[in-house]
Amino acid sequence: MSLDRRQFLAVGGAVLASAALAPGMRLVELAEARSPDQAVTNAQRWGILVDTTRCAEGCSACVSACNKENGLQQNVRLDIRPQWIRTVTLQDEQTGYVQTLPMMCQHCEEPPCADVCPTGASFRRADGIVLVDRHICIGCRYCMMACPYKARSFVHENLTGQRADVPRGKGTVEGCNMCVHRVDEGRIPACVEACNYDGGKALTFGDMRDPASEIAKRLATQQSEEIRPNLNLDTGVRYQGL
Amino acid sequence: MTHHNKTVLGAWVTAIVAIAAFLAAAYAFTGGPAKPVPSPLTGVFLGKGKKCVAPVAIMRRYHMQFLLHQRDLTVHEGIRTQRFLLTNCVDCHADPKTNSVLGKHGFCASCHAYAAVQIDCFSCHSPHPQREQETATSAIALAPQHSRIAEMVSKTMVTELQSEPVDGPK
Ligand code: SF4
Ligand code: SF4
Repeated sequence: MSLDRRQFLAVGGAVLASAALAPGMRLVELAEARSPDQAVTNAQRWGILVDTTRCAEGCSACVSACNKENGLQQNVRLDIRPQWIRTVTLQDEQTGYVQTLPMMCQHCEEPPCADVCPTGASFRRADGIVLVDRHICIGCRYCMMACPYKARSFVHENLTGQRADVPRGKGTVEGCNMCVHRVDEGRIPACVEACNYDGGKALTFGDMRDPASEIAKRLATQQSEEIRPNLNLDTGVRYQGL
Repeated sequence: MTHHNKTVLGAWVTAIVAIAAFLAAAYAFTGGPAKPVPSPLTGVFLGKGKKCVAPVAIMRRYHMQFLLHQRDLTVHEGIRTQRFLLTNCVDCHADPKTNSVLGKHGFCASCHAYAAVQIDCFSCHSPHPQREQETATSAIALAPQHSRIAEMVSKTMVTELQSEPVDGPK
């Protein structure tokens, strides 16, 4: 593996930070370790682990938190309502067992949305977060068709009242951005925060490449799966208890 | 020979009369000598901070380059230095009365209306401030000078940019 100087410095910084900090403290400390003028690197890969056994039926705390955080107005027609995260309820026809799980952009390591995008607007950031650069999105919606998870929405009408941290506008495609504005500040995504707020703990956010992080430890020691693993997309959102 | 000279003289007189008439018409049409250009900034709230993040002359000419460059760095590389961050501009320049940089006397909108340059930022970006001014200005004070933003401008500009912000809006 060849690293350029910036990546080398970032890796070095991560190693130093891990030596200096107590276990359990590292995730947030590492996220904060990047100063605002440093570019993200592939030394990190942000991911979310979903424990569906802890997802209460009828709970939609993650969805409301996402809508609030990103200013996704819900008072619009159902067929054009923005949806970055949704809850899916599955019932086993044989046994009647019902489970609920959140579904959002899976932040694929090999994202089909980016493969088909004619302008380069859909892209995977070095730290694994898949984004739309709306400045260059032409609204062709190829990515919406290519995404196997129906993770993206199109903005059909003029918007007002956008959140300052979350610019959105007509004629562009959008989807879960893992609350990139929060992650860049060393905070966790709004859905994860809301889920953990009252002890739900179905969602865990962290750096999948950091062996000391909770998410990496659990991925290494517990069973988990990707949805539609046959597509080999190497998703950044993983599920337990499906 | 004489006859020929008279013809040439006649042609000259006609030409001179025509030019004079044209100049007189042009003078009447433009309303005389150039008047001072009216300022687009009358009645406009200029900013909450004492100083802009760069000298005003530079901001007037280059703000779009700064914003464009930082936009790519922010979206693609997660670089969020405060100095040329649009949200930071809005935090400072929004009129406290309207809470916006748009509107008839809005800092962005008034000048863009005057210059007849369509401004597209705010169909997606919020024209309203999100932070209190104190946070905004202290963030500027702490913001490191991003070297790649400095690289993109000419050497003279770099020198000006690296010096402390000198003059605020006048
Ligand atoms: S889940 Fe869909 S939108 Fe997200 S990275 Fe994968 S293909 Fe792209
Ligand atoms: S809609 Fe935008 S992001 Fe999606 S494929 Fe087209 S240009 Fe790319």
